Amino acid sequence: MAGISLRGITKTYGGTRALRGLDLDIEDGEFFVLLGQTGAGKTTTLRLIAGLEKPTGGEIFIDGENVAEWNAAERDVALVLQQYSLYPRLTVRGNLEFPLKSKVRNLSQDEIDRRVNKAAETLQITKLLDRKVERLSGGEMQRVSIGRAIVREPRVFLMDEPLSALDAKLREALRVELKKLHTELKATFLFVTHDQVEAMSMGDKIGVLNRGKLVQVGTPTEVYHNPCNTFVARAVGSPPMNLFDGRVAGGQMEIGSVRLPVGANGEALDGRDLTVGVRPENIRLESGAPVSARVFDIEDHGVVKILTMQLDDERIYATVPAKTRVRLDETVQFGWQPDKTLLFDRQSGANISAL
Amino acid sequence: MTTLTMTRLDPQSRAARRGMSDISIRNLFIIPTILFLIIFNIFPLLYSLYYSFTDFRASTNAPANWVGLANYRELLNDPFIWTNFTITAKYVIVSVAGQVVVGFGVAMLLNRDIPFKGLITTLLLLPMMLSMAVVGLFWKLLYDPSFGIINYVLGLGRFEWLSDPDMALYAVAITDIWMWSPFVMLLSLAGLSAVPKHLYEAAAIDRAGPLYTFFRITLPLVAPILMIAIIFRTMEAFKTFDIAYIMTSQPTTEMIAIRLYKMAFQEWQTGMSCAFAYIVLIMVVAITNIYVKYLNKVKER
Repeated sequence: MAGISLRGITKTYGGTRALRGLDLDIEDGEFFVLLGQTGAGKTTTLRLIAGLEKPTGGEIFIDGENVAEWNAAERDVALVLQQYSLYPRLTVRGNLEFPLKSKVRNLSQDEIDRRVNKAAETLQITKLLDRKVERLSGGEMQRVSIGRAIVREPRVFLMDEPLSALDAKLREALRVELKKLHTELKATFLFVTHDQVEAMSMGDKIGVLNRGKLVQVGTPTEVYHNPCNTFVARAVGSPPMNLFDGRVAGGQMEIGSVRLPVGANGEALDGRDLTVGVRPENIRLESGAPVSARVFDIEDHGVVKILTMQLDDERIYATVPAKTRVRLDETVQFGWQPDKTLLFDRQSGANISAL
Repeated sequence: MTTLTMTRLDPQSRAARRGMSDISIRNLFIIPTILFLIIFNIFPLLYSLYYSFTDFRASTNAPANWVGLANYRELLNDPFIWTNFTITAKYVIVSVAGQVVVGFGVAMLLNRDIPFKGLITTLLLLPMMLSMAVVGLFWKLLYDPSFGIINYVLGLGRFEWLSDPDMALYAVAITDIWMWSPFVMLLSLAGLSAVPKHLYEAAAIDRAGPLYTFFRITLPLVAPILMIAIIFRTMEAFKTFDIAYIMTSQPTTEMIAIRLYKMAFQEWQTGMSCAFAYIVLIMVVAITNIYVKYLNKVKER
């Protein structure tokens, strides 16, 4: 069990810079989720920690030790890849034993069996142990991949979008299992994903990565309710946060022709170009509310309805109780509570609500 | 099981306007090929089967007399023929094993990011594209005891590669290895580059040593395609004629193909040589079948 620290990591591939001065601290036993779009540098970060690639600059510490000179085997980390990288022509048991058979470990067959059986039990693949890996379904394969990580009892688990190739139901099931696994093993997990639902539901902490830089680190609640800039605000939450460009005048926000109240400190921001962020669930449909918009789309999720509304050129998302009656193309009025909004500087995108 | 589905001819097409149906076009393509096969492959095959039961000699006008299985009986009882088979077997094993080791080894070396990889691969493939006769002739020069470069480089003085009865067969095998390793290399390279990279990465993280990785990941995944290379090379090596015939005429290098040639076109024992050819054919088919069975087993696993 160990914490991970990255200090000023840069990585360039040819001319492209995948990581630009990345600083990251993952505490011992933490379930850390690295969230970012394709190409943000998530996988690169993982591969650098695993030792599959060397950083162009910066230092990596595992358990306080600088691992710059250590190769993948010496770092004793487990990596679960997006592709099911199972060893061909072997049974499930053969795959699970593979990392333990290494001469460096020198484990007795009893110990190997004990670990394999325990891992198989945890992942509920005991019945599959003697099956050839070619005959497994996608979900089973990914379980075996995870199992191969577990048997090693590594210091750190690295997971590179392990669930993204699975179908939705299986993804949810494995998500729960991974959480449970983390609680049981008390190991450090670094989980990489582009799916913010995964990030929110699994992480003790989320790190949002944008173009090779860490934008914000925090608990899911912090990241969701207090994103540090408009990028994080857009990236986290589904449907995404509504962002309106406007200007503050006389303690009120002018958005196009609409005037809306801003938070308590509205006067202090007079005259500045701002972006207002409102979470869809904080938008209230009320007759007589200040803004009118046309309902463009309705997604009924059972518990809630997600409305997409068209206001001039902008799409606005609202999560409303399922019993709310709306029809397509109907014009509805909505508003929001001023204390549930976030203010961002329009130029830098930085969150200035706390000012 | 299979339903006959043929694309209908477009009624607007030129062929349709000339009054051709899709059936007649199909026949136009297939019949010449079938005729060619019958005339040059099937007919000689059956005709020689008939001759193998006669005492026919192509050099005389004497009519062929039916002798039944006498040719086969005589051949299989002939100790000299068995020497030919032993020589051939030795040659096949040495030459194919050499080609697999060298070819697969070079493929492993090439299967990484190196500069000029494409150029190197192409150059390495050149021996395979040469004519057998040319290769035989210039290796004869390379092996030459008095001015050959091989003796010069290895410092062997006047060692007689091709006249030494113990060495001649291996000398021919070395030439064959030189010529056909690129073939095994090419197929191995295709197999190796199909092994997913992430498997190696997973193995590296799982602390597998290089040997363990090779036997557990690389070899099982390349095995089927390597088997195909071995089947091809075994069949070819079994039939080796030109290289050996050109390079040396030692009795220790008299492989079945050479023996067969002598029997048919020097001794003019046409009937007997037909029977001999059939024995060889049956053996090659049998060996190939064993390989194919094994190949299917490898694939299944």
